[in-house]
Amino acid sequence: MPYGENEMKLVYAHEERCMGCGLCEIYCAVQHSKSKDLIKAFKRESPKPISRIKLLQNKPVSLAVQCRHCHDPPCVFACLTGAMHIDENTGLVMHDEDRCIGCLTCIMVCPYGAVKIDLNDSKVVKCDLCQGSDMPACVENCPNEALTFEEV
Amino acid sequence: MTRYVIIGGSAGAVGAVEAIREVDPSGDIIVIDEEQNITYSRPMMVKYLSGEVSLEQMLFPTRDFWEKHRVQLYLGKKAVKLDLLQKTVELENTERIGFDKLLIATGSMPSIPNVEGINKKGVYTFTRLTDALRIKEAITFNKAQKAVIVGVGLIGISVAEALAKLGLKVTIVGRRDRILNQILDHKASEILEAAMKREGVSVVKGHTVQRVLGKKDNGDFVGAVVLDDGSSIECDIVVFVIGVAPRTELASQAGLKVNRGILTDKCMQTNLPDVYACGDVAEAYDFVHGTNRVLALWPLARIGGRVAGYNMAGHKCEYPGGTAMSALHYFDVPIISAGLTVADKTEGYETLVFNNQEANVYRKVVLKDGKIVGITLVGDVENAGVLFNLMKNQIDVKGFKDALITGNFSLISLPETLRNQLLLGIC
Repeated sequence: MPYGENEMKLVYAHEERCMGCGLCEIYCAVQHSKSKDLIKAFKRESPKPISRIKLLQNKPVSLAVQCRHCHDPPCVFACLTGAMHIDENTGLVMHDEDRCIGCLTCIMVCPYGAVKIDLNDSKVVKCDLCQGSDMPACVENCPNEALTFEEV
Repeated sequence: MTRYVIIGGSAGAVGAVEAIREVDPSGDIIVIDEEQNITYSRPMMVKYLSGEVSLEQMLFPTRDFWEKHRVQLYLGKKAVKLDLLQKTVELENTERIGFDKLLIATGSMPSIPNVEGINKKGVYTFTRLTDALRIKEAITFNKAQKAVIVGVGLIGISVAEALAKLGLKVTIVGRRDRILNQILDHKASEILEAAMKREGVSVVKGHTVQRVLGKKDNGDFVGAVVLDDGSSIECDIVVFVIGVAPRTELASQAGLKVNRGILTDKCMQTNLPDVYACGDVAEAYDFVHGTNRVLALWPLARIGGRVAGYNMAGHKCEYPGGTAMSALHYFDVPIISAGLTVADKTEGYETLVFNNQEANVYRKVVLKDGKIVGITLVGDVENAGVLFNLMKNQIDVKGFKDALITGNFSLISLPETLRNQLLLGIC
């Protein structure tokens, strides 16, 4: 393998610190919008940008989950088109939306329920750990450090 | 240096090649396939038919996959005989290829019924890219406007959707009492059937096609089909998609143990050392049924191929098992079903159901001895994988079973300890 497991960083959720504010979802959507601008993304863009992180609530507990970038990713092996794949350089599970046909097979096998359906486009979307940024938007904008970006 | 030979170049081969190369960077890998072009995603054919993707978009694996993994391809060449003593594969042109490790991943063939008129122009199956190309041609050049699809399984439904999207008048005929009877329970089947009808597809259940008739002005071309009750349906094309059968000829002739499919152990090895089988052609472990059986499903072929590949290259590992599992997204109805869809209370099964007719949301979970053995979700399917994983890992869900069918079921509905174990990848 060209990448070492210890070099991989992932987002970890700490449910005892999560307030359920949902800012992670907002900033994730903005980061994955066309304009990357909070107001434009939500007020002007059509279709509306979709967050790849999911805030789960079962009061009083709340927790945000996103793709865990599994080492043996079931979604990659199940994908009918090759859209879900392991990036050779980073070892991360990446999704090529142009190849996705929205068959939902990845959704069937993701143990975390971390793949989202984009109904606008009949395809799925998932966390890419904000490739190109130093810090994923969800972690950067979490007001209570309920999400941290740490080495595996 | 080990010489690996794989017969069949689809999902099983992809999984095997990736695994072999992880373990053995230098051995020779040869893939033999009778198709000239194998670099396409079979499940995407239907999207190509409907015009939603181009040939370029359906390349799978990627164009450079075989080259990158240093695979020697024998394409357009059919393997006709195995000599397991000499360890050779004989091709149609009598060429012999020697192997140290062999993987049989020959997949399955469409079953074609023996009905009168089956050789007329306009009769198709739907297994290979050439089938999609021919049907497309019939629509574009021969102006086919009416189609009959025979078979109400997954491929039948998907072809029906593609042809309906292209504006054809589509009738789908099946001998069962409901569509997708092998994958869906009555309720889920009903919901999908209603959606198909809304899109203008005619659904004929409980009947078979007995004859294919020619056109009045040109008898060589399909003009209609005649059903078992004597009624006829006019059409320009007929697509037979009544099921597939494992292509076990090579294995049987060579004396390998074959039941419905080739028998395999947990390492995907056949009854002979150095000879492996995976995918549609093999009988592999089903974790719901607790026995080995044929499951012609793409994800299982790729994982089976992967397990075979590791073992062929000397890295021991076991197939985690699969089960009947289908994700469907046709006629705008998302459906996921896995494991048992219909289960009898008298045999100790417990069935939990949530049904919201108006919202077209239907959720059903089948339990046995406190563990999940079946899942059917219609409408809201995003957390299907959480349930699937609980089923696969045979986790006891007695303590929180009522949460399983609620609309907001997700990872957070699980008890804290279990949830944290899952998030840390412990189970």
